Amino acid sequence: MSIEAQSILNETFVLNLGPQHPATHGVLRVKLTMDGEYIMDADPVIGYGHRMHEKMGENRSYAKFLPNTGRMDYIAALFNGHGYVGAVERLAGITVPERAEYIRVITSELNRISSHLLWLGAFLVDLGGFTPLLYCFDDREQILDLLESVTGSRLTFCYYRFGGVSSDIDENFAAGTRTFISRLRSRMPMYDGFVTKNIIFRKRVEGIGPISAEVCRKYGATGPVIRGSGVAYDVRKSEPYSVYPKFNFDIPVYHECDSMARYKVRIEEMVQSMRIIEQALDTLPLGPVMAEKVPRTLKPAKGDCYYNVESARGSFGVRLVSDGSENAYRLKLRSPCFSNMSLFRECSAGMLLPDALALMGSLDLVIPDMDR
Amino acid sequence: MISSDMIMELVRLILYVVGFLAFALFNAAYLTLVERKVASWSQLRPGPIEVGTWGLLQPVADGLKLLGKQILTPEGADLILFKLAPVMVVVPGILCLVTLPFSDTIAPRNFNLGLLMIFSFGAIGVFAILLGGWASNNKYSSIAAARVVAQNIAYEIPMLLVVISLVFVSRTFNLHTIVDQQMGGFWHWNVLNLKASLMMPVAFLIYFICMLAETNRAPFDMVEAESELVAGAFTEYSGMGFGLFFVAEYLNIMVGCCVGTILFLGGWDCPFGLLPGLHWFLIKMYALCFAVIWVRWSFPRTQFYGLLNLSWKILIPFALANLVLTALMLKLFH
Amino acid sequence: MIIYFKEILNGLYTLFVGMKITMFNIFRRDVTVRYPYQSLQMTSRYRGHIDLIRDEATGKPKCVVCLACQRACPSGCIKLDGAKAEGAARKSLTSYELDFTTCSLCGLCVESCNFGALEFSKQYNLASMKKEDFKMDLLKRVLEKK
Repeated sequence: MSIEAQSILNETFVLNLGPQHPATHGVLRVKLTMDGEYIMDADPVIGYGHRMHEKMGENRSYAKFLPNTGRMDYIAALFNGHGYVGAVERLAGITVPERAEYIRVITSELNRISSHLLWLGAFLVDLGGFTPLLYCFDDREQILDLLESVTGSRLTFCYYRFGGVSSDIDENFAAGTRTFISRLRSRMPMYDGFVTKNIIFRKRVEGIGPISAEVCRKYGATGPVIRGSGVAYDVRKSEPYSVYPKFNFDIPVYHECDSMARYKVRIEEMVQSMRIIEQALDTLPLGPVMAEKVPRTLKPAKGDCYYNVESARGSFGVRLVSDGSENAYRLKLRSPCFSNMSLFRECSAGMLLPDALALMGSLDLVIPDMDR
Repeated sequence: MISSDMIMELVRLILYVVGFLAFALFNAAYLTLVERKVASWSQLRPGPIEVGTWGLLQPVADGLKLLGKQILTPEGADLILFKLAPVMVVVPGILCLVTLPFSDTIAPRNFNLGLLMIFSFGAIGVFAILLGGWASNNKYSSIAAARVVAQNIAYEIPMLLVVISLVFVSRTFNLHTIVDQQMGGFWHWNVLNLKASLMMPVAFLIYFICMLAETNRAPFDMVEAESELVAGAFTEYSGMGFGLFFVAEYLNIMVGCCVGTILFLGGWDCPFGLLPGLHWFLIKMYALCFAVIWVRWSFPRTQFYGLLNLSWKILIPFALANLVLTALMLKLFH
Repeated sequence: MIIYFKEILNGLYTLFVGMKITMFNIFRRDVTVRYPYQSLQMTSRYRGHIDLIRDEATGKPKCVVCLACQRACPSGCIKLDGAKAEGAARKSLTSYELDFTTCSLCGLCVESCNFGALEFSKQYNLASMKKEDFKMDLLKRVLEKK
């Protein structure tokens, strides 16, 4: 963090919020033009983590791209996998068996809960309270153990395949998930009392970082950011995919537009995810987990399709253009964090620096997802 | 001529100096270990366990590490002040220990103005941080140091108001006498002395919060945790210079807890009046230190304006109300 | 005026609630597993590096050198070679090298094998000072396995 230039005329200076952050944002650089304590302009410089995933999509066959999907947004990796696999299935006309769809929903929602738990811990570390991080990780460990028993990985999942999932779930997983859900439900009042109602936390977060719905629409922000500003947009309800229409769940929407609203949206989303998982486990059908007759080397018909899923951070979209060959012609990944971050410049003007960082924390950014 | 009295006095002096220095520095070092252990237990993890059983040699390892680092002086820094600041910041902690009575018999000096001396020494500590920040020739250090001064001034006022209302009750600045007035069981302690003022427990709470803010502890530690975002007041210090600032912080906590014990919790008195002595003083002092550490790991940090709002809008009105109430009750009932 | 006092009391109460929760947790047992003094059991599907499976009847690996795993690997970390022994119906393995430094543990090789010759090992605590330790000779590993 160094002073780059000092302008004598208007007394502002440039503070470099360097690529290395103490909190778990990732490698993001923000050039802040500051007047004393207030931010005049915030210029994000991204691309420190750019690994050219979209180009790799063009150079590899469809199946060989599957490990890449887990490396982009590694905290909620199953959503990225779902988006990619869904796009290819749509293009190639593969029907996924029911049981596989249910398993996809269960594992995705578990991943959403674990992503929100990690966000909660990291947000509080940004604000200075180090203890809730460890409590969230305690809960998250159980989810990761469950997912490890099914998929074999804890973080960068490569579980979904074209036409289903790679391996089936068993009774232990279902029993373990139910135990976990009842345990997390009994812990939610603890989080409520420890964090949500805490007067110091409330003073740090209420009224801080207002983002109006027009700004969200202008920059294409989705996910908890736009739901905390009063717009009830959720891909699972607006453009339903997979078997979500069969489940009964609500979309949390708050109208205060501040960081507290976004926080409450995410807490409520965890509760709703638990509802979805329970309903899915209760109505899980029997059957195969993989579609039949999926060719080893997939060559979908020529075409262009877009498939988007509601990731933990917003709407993650995959646009696939195929020219009939083994490799894709163009693979475009619409990253939710990229759009969410773009409104930071407009919204942070005139704020105090710690407040702006609280705002950035509430946007839930994962830089590898932004940079791909 | 050199009488046996003078020799006894000299021996006593040397014993006290060595003893108190050892006690102070040993405490400051091992309070870091207690802090890390309490932090880790509240976070459901073991904490330092590798260096010595239960991590007991961890402060030694930390001290050795700090001693082994190169001491860099930044370019353009004011050399004398830069080197003076870490030394100055430890001085008030150790000086205050001269005035504090640990038990009926263990007190280096029995000053009539003991309480006044403690608060005057406390101001030196703030000054030292300001000097350190300014002498670093770093814009962020000076801004952070200026914030420390603002924070300390804002919280010095309610603390002094509360202490003054206590002085109304005890009619003396002599710390020994203040404890003697509280002997005989916990119902005599100043914290429950509702005959003197109905707001005494509130006064204790105000004192506790002010002590947290004076020593720059969470939830009021944006000065040192500002280093997450901007450089703090101590950036340019490396090795033992930084180590001394650290030691001073824990020493201040210890002194603040000692003063709190003496003023409000009856000093070396036993809660049931049975066996007063040094052990009760130490138990109460360490209980207060534990409370200070406990508070740090329970809450996030306040914002700077929240901190100043708390002081000016909440603590000072309550402290003033306590003062007026005490004076009123004193006039009416005595 | 009343709101002022109510806010203060409410705020103070929430602080005490927070401190009570931390206090309870201080006296709970820690959830940490003290690795390396204690260690965890890996689940059956845990993905360590791949290993060849030995055919118990012949004592040789089940691999028939169809090169499906080499083709399926996105990172190109598998290199295998085989030759037909005298009088045998199928090719047998002469060398199988895995470059673990580029492996992404995707599992496509294990799934692509139609002969059940690959499995995941459960080794998670691999650490070494030399890069060569991660260029694994899987044929040697399977022949030396008890």
